[in-house]
Amino acid sequence: MEIAVCVKRVPLVGSAFMLTDDSMSIDTSRIGATLSPHEENAVEAAVRLVEAHGGSITLFSVGGADAEEQLREQLAIGADRAVLIDTEGVEIDSKATAALLAQAIKDDSTDFDLVILGSESADSGGYQTGIRIAHALGRPVVTNVKGLNIEANRATCERAVGSTREVYEVTLPAVITVLDGLNIPRYPSVPGRIKARKKPVDKVSITIPAQTTVRTTLRVPVSTSKGATDLGTGPDAAKALVEVLKQIGVMQ
Amino acid sequence: MMLVFADHDRGTIDPLTFQALTFARNLDPDVQAVLVGGGGAGLDVTAAAAELAQYGAQIVHVVEIAGYSDYAPLAAARALVELLVSTGAKALVAASSARGNEVLAHVAAITDRPFTADCYSISIGDPHQIVRARWAGNLHEEVDVTADVVIATVFPHSTEATPAPAAGTLKEFTATVSEHDLAVRVINRIGASTGGVTLPEAKVIVSGGRGMGGPEGFTILEEIAGALGGTVGCTRVVTSAGWRPHAEQVGQTGTKVAPDLYLACGISGATQHLAGCKNSKTLIAINTDADATIMNHADYIIVGDVNQILPLVLNEIQASKS
Ligand SMILES: Cc1cc2nc3c(=O)[nH]c(=O)nc-3n(C[C@H](O)[C@H](O)[C@H](O)COP(=O)(O)OP(=O)(O)OC[C@H]3O[C@@H](n4cnc5c(N)ncnc54)[C@H](O)[C@@H]3O)c2cc1C
Ligand SMILES: Nc1ncnc2c1ncn2[C@@H]1O[C@H](COP(=O)(O)O)[C@@H](O)[C@H]1O
Repeated sequence: MEIAVCVKRVPLVGSAFMLTDDSMSIDTSRIGATLSPHEENAVEAAVRLVEAHGGSITLFSVGGADAEEQLREQLAIGADRAVLIDTEGVEIDSKATAALLAQAIKDDSTDFDLVILGSESADSGGYQTGIRIAHALGRPVVTNVKGLNIEANRATCERAVGSTREVYEVTLPAVITVLDGLNIPRYPSVPGRIKARKKPVDKVSITIPAQTTVRTTLRVPVSTSKGATDLGTGPDAAKALVEVLKQIGVMQ
Repeated sequence: MMLVFADHDRGTIDPLTFQALTFARNLDPDVQAVLVGGGGAGLDVTAAAAELAQYGAQIVHVVEIAGYSDYAPLAAARALVELLVSTGAKALVAASSARGNEVLAHVAAITDRPFTADCYSISIGDPHQIVRARWAGNLHEEVDVTADVVIATVFPHSTEATPAPAAGTLKEFTATVSEHDLAVRVINRIGASTGGVTLPEAKVIVSGGRGMGGPEGFTILEEIAGALGGTVGCTRVVTSAGWRPHAEQVGQTGTKVAPDLYLACGISGATQHLAGCKNSKTLIAINTDADATIMNHADYIIVGDVNQILPLVLNEIQASKS
């Protein structure tokens, strides 16, 4: 089974968001980067499928040259090669990003049975890249997948609704977008990391496409800080806490 | 005119759709809703349309599609694409729910238009000026969008649903839907409803993080949740370690909750966790670290070890109940 996985590098934000002076982006000078969580699940799903059915995994990413760090990490986990569509740091809107990814997938020498993405990216949360790629490739797409099983060219996908699950079935080739919770992603092993150094990361240069969505500014919304009441420590604190529970009406 | 896609599950309308109707009404009082269903089964059109009318739908377009089952996203999108043409709507709006985002993304892909998810406000113009969420609402982004028709979803709970009864005149609409459009559809439902309180509906959530020390640490949280008629939540660190199932994860990539009480135990308060619990009416945090971020977002704090405090809390609850 030939699988493409689309992954995006995003800043690793901890307790607060710091913006650059021009309020146009997150100040990443003092923080690291990571992969969007859903995409970690996407790579893990691909690795498990290849373990079960054979085949190979190609990663696709639209981003700056530094995205190679995240691609190498996922190559260490089990992907075979990567294609980095280099934007030289220019941010690209969802519609154009999907078009670039779809083109790269079409242009690739491999015919992919399955394209896996996250259902939404951590930073942008556009909820659309997988669906747009599916349309561009003329393939069916199942989104928000939290359970996946593939047998003989048919993918059975589960998706949560309330406390139950809906089941979808789709014939490959197809596009699937997944959610955190589909699986527990593994960590790269030391041999995995060593192998990953030699795996190919092809850089593709592009002319920046025209955009229909253009950022004018970013803002940190007004803080929800409340100035907490300290209930103390030890047994007194437990008593005080139960008094609060009574006050707010949650003690039946 | 604003067209609003109604997200419903077997006729039960997602309450976020009422927020989306209110949002659309604030842009233009001429709001028309679209109700897509599978012809009879599970969808009481009259009742659902009456609810949509309560929140300002002047017209409810009813699209019955044979073979739609519970839901078939591409088929719903086809109907909306045709309705956009036949009604000449200026915008297509929906709730930012799984189905709302999915169907609108299909419409945008089919018609090659931009799609803006998770909006707080829209000012229609050339370009349209839109404020939307990034990082699950931890950042607000202002964007200029160039499009003949706005396609957008509304950030959950950013607009309060307010009734404004309107006519809600039913209009049947027949969409041209092919077999191909129905290829992806719900074919089955599994897992009967557990009967327990689910996270989105719980009034009390007792939530644990890495500070609970391991899966056994959650026993006391279950006991406290049980005593208060609530349920257990957790952080991503906890689900990634396999201590608890992902269905209990609160946060950006978990469930977003707004209970009366959120008791955060051994949780640091990362932005991605707070994105899921900061709408709680009362937030109480127990943490050994007085400087943990969660302490700044709590209404009440206890600086201390969960292993010492929580058994005392459970005792106090039981004592005051008996
Ligand atoms: C894009 C993205 C999306 C994410 N989505 C989510 C999400 O949906 N939900 C989520 O939760 N996280 C999410 N995360 C992860 C998030 O950034 C944090 O890593 C996570 O929330 C931290 O979990 P924690 O508070 O349990 O652990 P930690 O940050 O390790 O905090 C543990 C806390 O426990 C306290 N503690 C330790 N021992 C005790 C004790 N004995 N008694 C009392 N207190 C004690 C410590 O002081 C500390 O404050 C996401 C991350 C990214 C990058
Ligand atoms: N720049 C990118 N490079 C690679 N994949 C991406 C990129 N942006 C989005 N994706 C993929 O598309 C999914 C949905 O993103 P979005 O539509 O932005 O919410 C993500 O989880 C990724 O799998």
